[in-house]
Amino acid sequence: MQAATATKGAISIRNVTKIYDPEGVNVMAVDDCSLEIAPGEVCMIVGPSGCGKTTLLNAIAGFHSITSGEIYLDGEMLCGPDKPIADQGADRMVVFQNGALFPWKTLLENVAYGPIVQGIMGKKEARDKAQDILAEAGLADFSMKFPGEVSSGMSRRAEIVRALINDPKVLLLDEPYRAMDALTKSIMHESLLEVYDRTKVTIFFITHDLEEAIFLGDRVVVMTTRPAKTKKIVNVAIKRPRDYTVLSSEEFRLLVAEAKGAVHEEAIKAFEAGERELA
Amino acid sequence: MNPNKATKTESPSSLEPPTGFWLFLYRANKGVRTSTPYLMFFGIALWLVTYYLFNEGWKLPLFNKIPGPVEVITEWISRDPIFGMSLFTEAYHTNIYVSCQRILIAFSIATSVGVPLGLFMGWSKTFRDYTFPILETLRPIPILAWVPLAIIMFSGFETPIIFLATLASLFVTTLNTLLGVDSIDESYFRAAGCLGSKPRHVFWHVVLPGAMPFIFTGLQISVGVAWFSLVAAEMISGDFGLGYMIMDSYMQNKYVTMVMAMITLGFVGWLTSAMVRFAGDRMMQWRVRALALEGR
Ligand SMILES: Nc1ncnc2c1ncn2[C@@H]1O[C@H](COP(=O)(O)OP(=O)(O)O)[C@@H](O)[C@H]1O
Ligand SMILES: [Mg+2]
Repeated sequence: MQAATATKGAISIRNVTKIYDPEGVNVMAVDDCSLEIAPGEVCMIVGPSGCGKTTLLNAIAGFHSITSGEIYLDGEMLCGPDKPIADQGADRMVVFQNGALFPWKTLLENVAYGPIVQGIMGKKEARDKAQDILAEAGLADFSMKFPGEVSSGMSRRAEIVRALINDPKVLLLDEPYRAMDALTKSIMHESLLEVYDRTKVTIFFITHDLEEAIFLGDRVVVMTTRPAKTKKIVNVAIKRPRDYTVLSSEEFRLLVAEAKGAVHEEAIKAFEAGERELA
Repeated sequence: MNPNKATKTESPSSLEPPTGFWLFLYRANKGVRTSTPYLMFFGIALWLVTYYLFNEGWKLPLFNKIPGPVEVITEWISRDPIFGMSLFTEAYHTNIYVSCQRILIAFSIATSVGVPLGLFMGWSKTFRDYTFPILETLRPIPILAWVPLAIIMFSGFETPIIFLATLASLFVTTLNTLLGVDSIDESYFRAAGCLGSKPRHVFWHVVLPGAMPFIFTGLQISVGVAWFSLVAAEMISGDFGLGYMIMDSYMQNKYVTMVMAMITLGFVGWLTSAMVRFAGDRMMQWRVRALALEGR
């Protein structure tokens, strides 16, 4: 397959504020946050636990409302003053923090599910397509297995495949490799980079691993401690396609050093404020 | 001739996992090599010996009027039973058959009403707000308290008995199904939403399979309470059935027959709950396989 050039998937976050339960406990999770993400960009969001990263992602995905501000996808308003909560849709696919493959469906059934329920493909066609793209991700022999039978790395990969079969404009990933060991993580990174080079889908990727962020991203957005706003944006000019040799390059080390100061400062603030995360 | 051919038809290559009949043999073999079946036999033997010693052996006063295991088993396998009921008499078969049939009817009605009811209650907040208080007020009423009402409402023996068993079973199934829907992780609903599901897809592909483990736990309990209320009802008003058999033989001082009926109930009850468990495992291969990998 030839490398695509991105023409879709521009996200525009404008002055978004989110206050949970304004009349009650009143937790301000996101405060006047603005961010422009270009089509086909890999945008990495880094910030201390409990700062409001997931909150922002949930607003884009349409899982909950925003209190004020607007979010646009390719010029169309997802949510704004008259429409506090975005419609959920297959143009924005989420890969969840704890994984959400349906445990009662095989990997193949999971991947084929989206196109079938959207009525885009027939059952047979969807299953054939699913088998093909699982095979591309090196999961051909596992397509008949249930998520509970494969490793966490494989099920995470299958979850990304399940998202990509729908040809989304944006891929939203919420700390997808958080519970993985370093070796599995590096395999996952390479396979995500490979997917990205092939599809050039816009990626909104939440992590609190700075090195992961710089290795994968075009830009790293460092968030302040709660309520979240953008504190610092680091442009990562390392050329693509990237592989693990990047990790030992001088360029990479300089970028990590540049971002580390900002992240560390916020981490200390978050720690002292006793922030805890819910999800 | 190919020398490998003979071995190939006898058993699949040792590198491939066994399937079909070979899988069955492998499992049976593995089962026999664990301690479980021996412990089971040992447990039953221990129970029988204790029963024998307390009763026919040491003749403890507490067990004076109770027939011992030898007496019960002799009667049970006798072609010409003293008290008129044994493995070879039709009356015994009829009692088992009638009770099992009633359980089948009650359990089927309770399941086919209770599962959808629980699913809808879990799925739709509005429906739940309407129905949950009713369920929660009716549920604590002990099933024995329903007996007079059932007798007044329905005529004959059959309907009131089945009604009581159904009712008991229905509450359990509904509540467990409801809890099953509640137990489903929010992220599956979100994933389904992202993937473009319409509400009916969410119902069939998330709510139903996600609640399945709880549903089957509930069904196992529910078949148990169905037996409980069935026997209670048969003892109070009945013409046939194992509960009636216990009460009737008690009235007529046929204690041997009474103990026989009790043990039969235990056995049949165990069998029905094993059947529910088996059906559950068949319908939830995803869970069976995941648990097997954890060595359970
Ligand atoms: N439903 C909720 N109600 C109230 N507070 C919430 C809710 N969800 C999250 N929060 C709070 O909002 C803040 C940001 O949470 P979250 O976006 O999950 O952080 P992150 O993903 O960056 O770790 C946290 O302080 C959290 O406690
Ligand atoms: Mg989070």
